Amino acid sequence: MVENRPFLTLLTHFVLIVGVAVIVFPVYIAIVAATHDATAMSSGMMPMWPGSHLIDNLVATLTHQSPGLPPFWVMAWNSLWMAVIITAGKIVISILSAFAIVYFKFPFRNLAFWLIFITLMLPVEVRIIPTYSVVANLGMLNSYLGLTVPLIASATATFLFRQFFMTIPDELMEAARVDGAGPMKFFRDILLPLSRTNIAALCVILFIFGWMQYLWPMLVTTDRNYYTLMMGVKRMAAVADADPQWNLIMAAVVLAMLPPILIVIFMQRLFVKGLVDTEK
Amino acid sequence: MAPIKISQVKKTYQGNVTAIHGLDLDIEDGEMVVLVGPSGCGKSTLLRMIAGLETITDGTISIGGEVVNRKEPAERDIAMVFQNYALYPHMSVRQNLEYGLKNRGTPREEIDRRVNEAARVLEIAPFLDRKPRQLSGGQRQRVAMGRAIVRQPKAFLFDEPLSNLDAKLRGQMRIEIRRLQRSLKTTSVYVTHDQLEAMTLADRLVVMNAGRIEQVGKPIELYDRPASLFVAGFIGSPPMNLFKLDALSRAAGQDLAASLPAGTDIVGIRPDRIETGSGTGLRLSGAVELIEPVGGESHLYVRVEGLDQVVIIVVEGRSRLSEGEVLDFVLPLDALHPFNTETGRRAD
Repeated sequence: MVENRPFLTLLTHFVLIVGVAVIVFPVYIAIVAATHDATAMSSGMMPMWPGSHLIDNLVATLTHQSPGLPPFWVMAWNSLWMAVIITAGKIVISILSAFAIVYFKFPFRNLAFWLIFITLMLPVEVRIIPTYSVVANLGMLNSYLGLTVPLIASATATFLFRQFFMTIPDELMEAARVDGAGPMKFFRDILLPLSRTNIAALCVILFIFGWMQYLWPMLVTTDRNYYTLMMGVKRMAAVADADPQWNLIMAAVVLAMLPPILIVIFMQRLFVKGLVDTEK
Repeated sequence: MAPIKISQVKKTYQGNVTAIHGLDLDIEDGEMVVLVGPSGCGKSTLLRMIAGLETITDGTISIGGEVVNRKEPAERDIAMVFQNYALYPHMSVRQNLEYGLKNRGTPREEIDRRVNEAARVLEIAPFLDRKPRQLSGGQRQRVAMGRAIVRQPKAFLFDEPLSNLDAKLRGQMRIEIRRLQRSLKTTSVYVTHDQLEAMTLADRLVVMNAGRIEQVGKPIELYDRPASLFVAGFIGSPPMNLFKLDALSRAAGQDLAASLPAGTDIVGIRPDRIETGSGTGLRLSGAVELIEPVGGESHLYVRVEGLDQVVIIVVEGRSRLSEGEVLDFVLPLDALHPFNTETGRRAD
């Protein structure tokens, strides 16, 4: 479409800029807050320009332990573990189940697919109490298993892989059979390499999903050593008898934002390719 | 290299749809057999049963004297060329050629030797390190052929391998496949719906219709002596002219029944056997409706007087007639093919 309407261009840019501002401004405030000392925000006035204490605050966040919380690196480690296990688990389980659903004939195959598909309607928040009870009865509270396993089953990723596998021509599977590749060999030699970009895209989405978990970790962990970053930040702000140290909280927030940003930056190319690309 | 023996093979799909009804076919060692027929006639199903990609409901298929009904495609020692080539998109041409050999644990030097040999024969050596998507349709077709020949299988199975190519390339590849098959002398089964491809490639042609074999024989035999109305209409382009016997007798003013075998009620004649001008045989005339100059010959569409039917006549060179003109022509009696409608078979 070739159009030359200056007013429309102006309007669309204005809408875009407002949208960006709405999203970026809180992030900016967080970064600014992380650069001031403890007194700057206790006056009730929020400074709008960066101060000079960023390094001090980051060092303090990383080294000092807030009361009632484990050290920062323990929480970061927990968050990282949680995100990585969820990502890997979801991808492994969903690619295998999609493989089974698309390439094997077995009784109730469609039923199996629909059961998986229907769970899309039941995210963790909806089934949180029964899930909690199951996890508690299995003795998985306060463990990495308890943190991750209930979040691993993924209809979204299964569905995505199923749709992708269905676009791969059947002849490819038949050619592989004639070439002497059994099902798992076909999966490893042909399906996996072809799914590379899809896997990368899912990695990005799922890592961020896992990293951002707040509600579930809060429920299943009472042992401080299993606290995740998202919980830690919340707890830093909820101190009982003193003003919250906003500069340190915001420094922690800034640090917590880094991994998702890095993942997006480094995997962006593959990520976009995985979502857009339909070669073959 | 091996003969393929198909005996009493049936294929029934779920819901009792029968695709193939008790079919027998012997393919000799080194022979190129072409299965031809309209879509849905079961030719691809039959090929896929030989390959092991479809189960056999009943009957047996043996390759090289060994019944293969329950064997996996890889164990049957066949190679297949698919319609859309089915090259592995993420592998280079070389890896595509090697994949089957690697899976069978062929030694490295042997793999290299065979791949280089196939690349030389098919002239794909310059592309060995490219990915399939960087190749043109014809080159992909060659790679697909290469993947089949490096295996040195007992039999080649071709599933409409040329139908994705443009007309010119199709002609070239057809000749190449023929030459390759002649030099390798590997038993081959080739499925196509294109009767020109079928006629030119086949040692023996199998015409199939609705899950049954209509006729088996050398292409030229099928052309000269079609065993059924279906074969008569399917083989040959432009198609054979078919007339109801009584209507034709009336139009020609001559009773034909006596000079034809008993039971004949339809007669056919090839468009190139009709003679224009005077001659001996059935004299007819009609107005030329349409002239198709094809180059070396012309196709005349003539509406026959008293018959309400259009006859196609092939004449050599360019026709000096113009559309609307009345043309006298003769059907020589020895060129007539007698058929019976009830059985659909030839009457003599």
